[in-house]
Amino acid sequence: MPENETIQDLGLDEYKYDFVTDAEPVFRAEKGLSEKIVRQISAHKEEAEWMLDLRLKALEIYESKPMPKWGGDLTGLEDVLDEIYFYVRPQDRMEHSWEDVPEEIKDTFEKLGIPEAERKVLAGVGAQYESEMVYHSLREEWEKQGVIFDSIEDGLKNHPELFREHFGTVVPTQDNKFAAMNSAVWSGGSFVYIPPGVSLETPLQAYFRVNQERMGQFERTLIIVDEGAQAHYIEGCTAPVYSTESFHSGVIEIVVKKNARFRYTTIQNWSNNMYNLVTQRALVDEGGHMEWLDGNLGSKLTMKYPSCYLMGEGAHGEILSIAYSGDGQHQDTGGKVVHVAPHTTSSIVSKSISKGHGRSTYRGLCKVHEGAHHARSNVECDALLINETSRTDTYPYIEIEENDANVGHEASVSRIGEEQLFYLTSRGIPEEEAMAMIVRGFIEPIAKELPLEYAVELNRLIELEMEGSVG
Amino acid sequence: MSDTPVLKIKNLQAKVAEDELRILTGLDLEIKPGEIHAIMGPNASGKSTLAKVLAGHPGYEATAGSVVFQGEDLLELEADERSQAGLFLAFQYPVEIPGVSIANFLRTAVQSRLTDGDELDIFEFSDQLTERMEMLDMDISFAERHVNDGFSGGEKKRNEILQMAMLKPKLAVMDETDSGLDIDALKIVANGVNALVEEDPTMSILLITHYQRLLDYIKPHFVHVMVAGQIVRSGGPEVALDLEAEGYKMYEGFESSANGNSPVTTA
Repeated sequence: MPENETIQDLGLDEYKYDFVTDAEPVFRAEKGLSEKIVRQISAHKEEAEWMLDLRLKALEIYESKPMPKWGGDLTGLEDVLDEIYFYVRPQDRMEHSWEDVPEEIKDTFEKLGIPEAERKVLAGVGAQYESEMVYHSLREEWEKQGVIFDSIEDGLKNHPELFREHFGTVVPTQDNKFAAMNSAVWSGGSFVYIPPGVSLETPLQAYFRVNQERMGQFERTLIIVDEGAQAHYIEGCTAPVYSTESFHSGVIEIVVKKNARFRYTTIQNWSNNMYNLVTQRALVDEGGHMEWLDGNLGSKLTMKYPSCYLMGEGAHGEILSIAYSGDGQHQDTGGKVVHVAPHTTSSIVSKSISKGHGRSTYRGLCKVHEGAHHARSNVECDALLINETSRTDTYPYIEIEENDANVGHEASVSRIGEEQLFYLTSRGIPEEEAMAMIVRGFIEPIAKELPLEYAVELNRLIELEMEGSVG
Repeated sequence: MSDTPVLKIKNLQAKVAEDELRILTGLDLEIKPGEIHAIMGPNASGKSTLAKVLAGHPGYEATAGSVVFQGEDLLELEADERSQAGLFLAFQYPVEIPGVSIANFLRTAVQSRLTDGDELDIFEFSDQLTERMEMLDMDISFAERHVNDGFSGGEKKRNEILQMAMLKPKLAVMDETDSGLDIDALKIVANGVNALVEEDPTMSILLITHYQRLLDYIKPHFVHVMVAGQIVRSGGPEVALDLEAEGYKMYEGFESSANGNSPVTTA
């Protein structure tokens, strides 16, 4: 098709696993990020002028901002950024074959008991899991209620006003270097709108969004929960997601209007070559209720701090997060709660598990602005270390500008104790299983909040990770 | 009753793994199926160490002697294998496992006893658990609580007996099960143990205790006095009564060489 020839194929960084694709693209743009590439992305998506302008401005901001000096070690990232392609046409991602997926990933799918069709999706070599029938009936029901659940691209095309009114209002382009990068090159993600008073029983799962990329490298998601509406959105899965890319930088913007309730669940298990830098933020209006449930299991380095900005009186924000770091992994995660209005409440519960040479960092901010009187916030972070070599750090930032605020912080670090292990093994439970049991118990307060199938998968994953940890 | 001992300890010597000091200095003990033995002794006589060495605590090391359990060299087995072979230790200080329910814990423990490939019948398990909890006067909601997490002293000890009831050992070593119990809780625990003995008359019990009190409720066939890491006197229930009357004073400064096979008996 002529269209394919004019839109340059930016390919994948295939060298890493020596992929050989049957169809070599005719054109291939240079690696790295440039104005040309930003224009190409926008043209390919046939975007409105304002979006192109926004992208170009974002590129400028990105280039003007220095690399963050805090958080995880980003020294290797500069090289990665020079090497990657910033835009990959979705259909091209499917050109790889199952045979090309590394054995260890296949092996993990096998052990997790992931159905065959789903494995291919997770490995990025198949079409979406065949849930189309389920999806269609749900979709009809949602449409009747006026719910919009689209790809971000379709959201922009089909609902331009609603989109423009909210896009970039929660995470402004200039917010941070990677938010600017995402704003320049975003591609893939969801656009969701829940009309006033509508309450959805079934969680919206990115999973169901057929014929679209489920997880882009620069995904952008915008969710608007209108007054009094209620919904739950689930992104990702506990199974390892194999990606040929080594960099993921998403932006998730959520608007929770007056008296609305929303929960966003995300679990990432990227392969261990991935830098995963994500900005997730929600603005919560009067009486609104926002919950982030955030699981980070994979990646080389993740820096992710889901935030709740409590803008209206009585708003509530909650962040539950769980992180697992094995050898060569650093999870720098936590959460931010910003109290802007009076009588706002928040809670952060963060649990991390570090194994081998893994490192987990809790980084959290609780800010109470002047005028947010009677704000209440509670932070609890618990770290579990499996081995002597594992590491954990805690950076709780607390800034309070209001006398009448109640802020609590508790932190604990524990090791799997010899006495705990002995107790379980003395009942006939083999040591590895005993260890997995203790770890599962540790994350239980968060796992119990997950939908059942996710919790089951998470538990199986923990068991796999504990294999060979007895020494 | 078979004459083959379920447990035969010969000249057992043991120490804390990273320490030099011997705590068990040459201990002999033989327990036959269906027998209830009590070991009494002053603090620091090595009673709890014996319990831990038998159960395979990794912090302790046997340096000499032998322990044969049901014909197997017990000291060669890992803690989980000892349990699967039919040994049970009721802990003096049961350990908290937050986030793990008692039902889940027991299910895993029972499952680990099945041979590879066999699946636990979950309904059978559940019925049995309910029945055992009733026997121990426990509310069924107890099964969903996290193992020992926030339990009272009495609840912890009852939980130990519940585990014993579910795992049906051939030999239960009960380490100071009476400590921290008020009289009502003690009765419930003792009644539970007695019911288990009645159910399986071949089950043997080794009670480790500081006080005579427990022995009023669980009647031992044999009582041993342990001092400085070995048994210095063995006899019937009257030994405990003597102790109750005279205390451990008479054994102070007692030194004895490990003396091989024959137990020390004083009539």
